[in-house]
Amino acid sequence: MLRFVVRRLLLLVPVLFGLSLLLFAWLRALPGDPARALLGDRATPQGIERLNAQYGFDQPLPVQYVRYMGQLLQGNFGNSPRTGQPVLATFVERFPATVELSVAALLFAVVVGIPLGYFAAKRAGGVLDLVAVGSSLAGVVIPVFVLAYLLKVVFAIGLPGLDWLAVLPPSGRQDVRINATHITNFYVLDGLMTREWDAAWDAVRHLILPALALGSIPLAAITRMTRASVLEVLGEDYVRTARAKGLARGLITRRHVLKNAMLPVITMIGLLTGQLLSGAVLTESVFAFNGIGSYLFDAIATLDYAVLQGFILFIALIYALVNLVVDIVYGLFDPRMRVR
Amino acid sequence: MSTVVGGAAASGSVGGGPLLSVRDLSVVFGRRGQPGFTAVHHVSFDVAGGEVVGIVGESGSGKSVTSMAVMGLLPARGVRISGEARYRGRDLLTMPDRERARYRGAELAMVFQDPMTSLNPVVTVGTQVTEVLHAHERLSRADARDQAVDLLRRCGIPDPARRLGEYPHQLSGGMRQRALIATALACKPKLLICDEPTTALDVTIQAQVLELLVELVRDLGTAMVMITHDLGVVAGLCDQVNVMYAGRIVERAGCHELFARPRHRYTEGLLASIPRLDGDRSLPLTPIPGTPRDVVAWDRACAFAPRCRFVTDACVRGDLALAPLGPGHDVRCVHPAGGAAPGAVTATIQEAP
Repeated sequence: MLRFVVRRLLLLVPVLFGLSLLLFAWLRALPGDPARALLGDRATPQGIERLNAQYGFDQPLPVQYVRYMGQLLQGNFGNSPRTGQPVLATFVERFPATVELSVAALLFAVVVGIPLGYFAAKRAGGVLDLVAVGSSLAGVVIPVFVLAYLLKVVFAIGLPGLDWLAVLPPSGRQDVRINATHITNFYVLDGLMTREWDAAWDAVRHLILPALALGSIPLAAITRMTRASVLEVLGEDYVRTARAKGLARGLITRRHVLKNAMLPVITMIGLLTGQLLSGAVLTESVFAFNGIGSYLFDAIATLDYAVLQGFILFIALIYALVNLVVDIVYGLFDPRMRVR
Repeated sequence: MSTVVGGAAASGSVGGGPLLSVRDLSVVFGRRGQPGFTAVHHVSFDVAGGEVVGIVGESGSGKSVTSMAVMGLLPARGVRISGEARYRGRDLLTMPDRERARYRGAELAMVFQDPMTSLNPVVTVGTQVTEVLHAHERLSRADARDQAVDLLRRCGIPDPARRLGEYPHQLSGGMRQRALIATALACKPKLLICDEPTTALDVTIQAQVLELLVELVRDLGTAMVMITHDLGVVAGLCDQVNVMYAGRIVERAGCHELFARPRHRYTEGLLASIPRLDGDRSLPLTPIPGTPRDVVAWDRACAFAPRCRFVTDACVRGDLALAPLGPGHDVRCVHPAGGAAPGAVTATIQEAP
């Protein structure tokens, strides 16, 4: 087990290294010039030249790459020409918001999706099944930003006659009046750690609507995957064997149906985690949730190499780690997949 | 010992009656209000305590569906079950599933066809053996484990204590079937239904597993229903044999009687198609022509008629009853083999309305 984890972590080194090279080449192959993008239409040639020199964009690409990697190995992601700030500092400040939001969205999708998928499968063709399949279809086809605005209007801003529904904050991560202490920048966690319960609760309230909006597509995916998987497992011979033993229903469900049916769902949750982290941009902008999303959006618009490289490498690292966790969890469920 | 009685005469009594009494069991697949497909039609048979009853037929004859219906393992929707299956006088078919679950595994147990898929791949063998004990008996974990070790050993699994911690994929097919047999017999059931228990195994293993089953069943005094398409399995094993074709029992007799004097043309055909060591090897085997799909509806004719060499107009004239043709020997045939005058049987044909 330990050997497996170490081997996988070591394997990450060449993967990330290769990715950094690819990324470096790819970003520079994109049309456009960062200095021009940043300084705008009225930039003078001198200004562009100065900026290029300042950030080393005038050097040959191999030199730039080696210099970048040298910095990276010292834990320096470089400075953003746009903000002048170190990229890492911005990440530390903003990434926790995105992670918090993604985790909340995933939690919502898992807690609702798995039972919904299970009961839909148990009564396949029934009313609940139709509702589950229908709503999961709706979850996929309604664009996230539409759903996000809808949620915001109904539950935060308030519709005439329905304004009693508007009980949640419309935007932000925490009410500024609370003046909470922040240690990790995970606001809910900070609130719990400092025992500022009202701060934690307020952060949770701010999370609900964005998490519902962001979690809708994962919810649909998990519901459908669970439903299909449970349907398949219910028809397996070993479930019949379990019933022939006269076991209690709950035990059959837990030990014989769910334990097998969860395998593909776990894989899917792993894939969704990566998607959520990099896909929260729209939701974040609707709810003015100060995560990595909006920062990244601006970085793309201005070809902010340092930010983009750092972010994508970081996401890749998290993706790899999440999948490592998935593989380990998979082994807990399925002995045939157990890692050695 | 034969406890088979004709038609409606039997009503399972608690005292001296049969252990399991199946009466007019019909299973129809299809949604309510639609005609559906009749997989099992008015099947009746008895199993006495300690008796071994065979149900023989080819794929699709309804033998597995019969056993699944008795055990209550058919899906609740899309299936209509009628008739009764009295276990010690209590009808299993009308009892709520929660109550039936108390019988399943404890008094009525089942061994299935495919040991590769009948064990849960992600749960240890030990848990799968002990969970049936925990479900029906109050036992400590240690006691259950000890019993499981003992059961596996009796079922011929070497090093049983180690096997308990292993997963099904670490066991061979034969070992898995032994583990499933151990599980089925864990609570010392009164009746064991075996649905083609050896079909998925290698031929050499088949004999071993059958031998094991017989030995265990004799030791425990458990009655057994052996469902198989293999007359060879039935021959040395069963007291009573029911031959099924297209959802109905077409012949029923004591084992010896059936092999010595098969009366139904289908049974006769089955026996003729078995290769024999003592037979003339220059002669080709005699197959039954056609496939089980070549059937006609029983209510208009003998379903076997399209494949029968002795078919006449009389065979396709109406519903055919299972009629006694000698002591303890019932046949559903217009022209039974073995020389008896067909006239005696034609009386049982009712004109189709």
